[in-house]
Amino acid sequence: MIQFDDVTIGYGTEPVLDRVSFTIDDGDLCLLVGATGSGKSTLLGAINGLVPHFTGASMAGDVRVDGRSTRQHPPREFADLVGFVGQNPLAGFVTDTVEDEIAYGMEQLGVEATAMRKRVEETLDLMNIADLRRRALVTLSGGQQQRVAIAAVLAAQPRVLVLDEPTSALDPTAAQDVLAAITSLVHDLGLTVVLAEHRLERVMQAADQVLWLPGDGSAVLGAASEVLGRASVVPPLAELAATLGWDEVPLSVRQARRKVAAERIVLRPAAEAVPTTPAGPTPLLRATGLTVRHGDLTAVDGINLDLHAGSVTTLMGRNGAGKSSLFWALQGAQPSTGSLQVDGHDPRRLSPARARELVGLVPQTAADLLHLHTVALECQQSDRESGEPVGTTEGLLRRLGADLVPDRHPRDLSEGQRLALVLAIQLAASPRIVLLDEPTRGLDYPMKQQLADILADLASRGHGVVVSTHDVEFAAHASQRTVILAEGDVIADGPTREVCTASPAFAPQVAKVFHPEQVLTTAEVASRRG
Amino acid sequence: MAAVTAPTHPWAWWGWALVAAATVSLTRNPLLVVLVMAAVAFVVLARRSDAPWARSVGAYFVLALVIVAIRVTMQVFFGGLREGPVLFTLPEVRLPDWAAGIRLGGPVTLSGVLFALYDGLRLAAIIICVGAANALANPRRALKNVPAALHELSVAVVIALSVAPQLVESLHRVRRARRLRGGAAKGWRAVTAVLVPVMEDAVERSMQLAASMESRGFGRTRDLGRVGPGLSLLLVGSVLLVTFGSYLLLGVPDSRLAGLACLALGVAAAVLGLRRSGRRLSTTRYRPDRWTWRETAVVAAATAALIVVLVLQGWNPAVLQPTTTPPVWPSLHPLFLPAAALVAAPVLVTERGR
Repeated sequence: MIQFDDVTIGYGTEPVLDRVSFTIDDGDLCLLVGATGSGKSTLLGAINGLVPHFTGASMAGDVRVDGRSTRQHPPREFADLVGFVGQNPLAGFVTDTVEDEIAYGMEQLGVEATAMRKRVEETLDLMNIADLRRRALVTLSGGQQQRVAIAAVLAAQPRVLVLDEPTSALDPTAAQDVLAAITSLVHDLGLTVVLAEHRLERVMQAADQVLWLPGDGSAVLGAASEVLGRASVVPPLAELAATLGWDEVPLSVRQARRKVAAERIVLRPAAEAVPTTPAGPTPLLRATGLTVRHGDLTAVDGINLDLHAGSVTTLMGRNGAGKSSLFWALQGAQPSTGSLQVDGHDPRRLSPARARELVGLVPQTAADLLHLHTVALECQQSDRESGEPVGTTEGLLRRLGADLVPDRHPRDLSEGQRLALVLAIQLAASPRIVLLDEPTRGLDYPMKQQLADILADLASRGHGVVVSTHDVEFAAHASQRTVILAEGDVIADGPTREVCTASPAFAPQVAKVFHPEQVLTTAEVASRRG
Repeated sequence: MAAVTAPTHPWAWWGWALVAAATVSLTRNPLLVVLVMAAVAFVVLARRSDAPWARSVGAYFVLALVIVAIRVTMQVFFGGLREGPVLFTLPEVRLPDWAAGIRLGGPVTLSGVLFALYDGLRLAAIIICVGAANALANPRRALKNVPAALHELSVAVVIALSVAPQLVESLHRVRRARRLRGGAAKGWRAVTAVLVPVMEDAVERSMQLAASMESRGFGRTRDLGRVGPGLSLLLVGSVLLVTFGSYLLLGVPDSRLAGLACLALGVAAAVLGLRRSGRRLSTTRYRPDRWTWRETAVVAAATAALIVVLVLQGWNPAVLQPTTTPPVWPSLHPLFLPAAALVAAPVLVTERGR
């Protein structure tokens, strides 16, 4: 169905893809994996000709979909053959209501009115969004928006669906919904799907094939259990397979559980549990009855929260549960009611410059803080803002392990590098509490590992660290304490081990494999193996 | 009627509102103006949906009040009409010679105030008519129903409509984020600190939107071969004819007939040209609004009201332009009531918007 024939694509002198050839068969679900910056988006864009027609890369070789070559046809002529869904559905919406958005593609193709009416109804049912048909797109939740975006390209009845990290912004349940919808499309309609996804643990059980981009310009295509065994991108089950010496990666929790049972792997009882709140008697931050209202919506509803120095806490919960509002309120930038004390002061009553010495926040869209032309200028500006000697921020940046080119434009940095830069800028003010809002979005496994190390280091230096994330694997790995929010309330607060193993939605895969044992990571499995 | 009827065509509401505005513009009689205003307000309250644009009608009422207030205040302070019974006298200031003719303050007369009030009311009624159209017609649906020739233009406006709130949102976000860096920057630096991330965000979003539109087939059915030659010539010619015709009509005495002929020819050429250029795209429309007898009735009702007032103008022009010197109570002509009733009549054939 999709045929890459000796394809080379590059944006400058260095090719991103170098003489790549492969064929994806009709009706396959092909999972595209690779580190950040290995060319996943470029490869996906090449399937319908957005690369090079739209992005202006140089390209050699030939890409054919169902025999149609992107050399001779611009992307718009692939609209009835390839449906393309990006990371941020809202950015790709052309109209304002669900029904109109679904019809938009067909209007452009000149589909006749009665046929169009019928197809809109079919598509609404197919994606299970008929009850949303008259809703305005901006009022939908992230998961709903992503399903509408998929419906909108499906209405043109393409044979191929290309999805670029469709779940990166979604909470675990919404992501599950979207992925379930995608797999049912493969099974029920026989669509060919090419899917790029960072958190492989969610989709690899459904994949027929895995296409791995090692990052050197080549591409490796093969069966999922085989390719994942040697790919540099290591989902938890692959890590487990490596730890336990299995040569095939189990693709689902069920497979892994069966294998564990068959091999009679038993874990020793856990060693003495590590105390989660360090000995410090008084908390560094204490919020009592903290409430945030946006108009008549109560985003944070009377939360009581203590944070201690020297620990990493994860904040989890659905999209819209109030995580970001809580962070902004703790920083003092968002008006709130209730009492808030950080180290004896209320950040809401302090000047912004003093408040950031108490609480530093790395917001979800970290780029909002950057406005200068180069990394070096941003660092100098940050030293000035914090009243620190020249070179402080750069030193911090180096300590964070990001080797940055100082004259690079901040917009040209990768997600991980930009995050490191903003974190360094915030750390320059040496805040007691460091808050990170969804930093794991768009990070691959090695970068997440690096981030976990950075957070542990910050905690050991006496900062109190809180990180909000949808990534349960990251939470299990990086934090000692987990707080779960729902509708502005704290619904669970305790050691990560207990909170994350207690609920299936927030349990990491390793915990599910060894349930009812309370293990979170493969490192633990290795140390407790009998 | 049990069956759910389709929402009224947005352009029907615009037609109704503009004709109603034309009707009030013919008169300064406050009784007729207020009656028509009440009829328009009644239709809006009965037929608007609770969409954001429909809620904006309150803003138009406020604007209308402000206009009346400004008109009356101007009359009180700057005068203009100083005949009739004096209400009170303000201290007078005479401006120097180079501004001769302008007097501030002085006697304020009942006739002057009434004149200003009638004038302001008429303007306020026109504003309310426009506000009514805005509240009743979904602006996006209105744009969707433009001739095919203007398709790209309407797409651009629709996108601008959705990008504007996004820009506001990102402006708000970036401003809030500035506090996280201490918010120390001043002057030009503070401006760039907000503008640069907002603009970068906007450019990035536009690129994503463009990629999405491109991969969903935008512009795919464009085929200039279907248009035929001489289209540009036709369109330019039509604009020239319309301009020349208007000039003849308004500027040159005794050439009304020639002017009208030019104008009609120009409009015909424009319609033909737009139809032809619409052919280069063969996109289709999903559930287009239909123009049924209801829509015709909506516009016809307002037109009938206009005709009633025009007839009245022929018969008895004085009743439409009541005198304020001396200040007398304006007379209520029996034909005012059917005129206002006709403006309100569309409630009978339409349904509340969704």
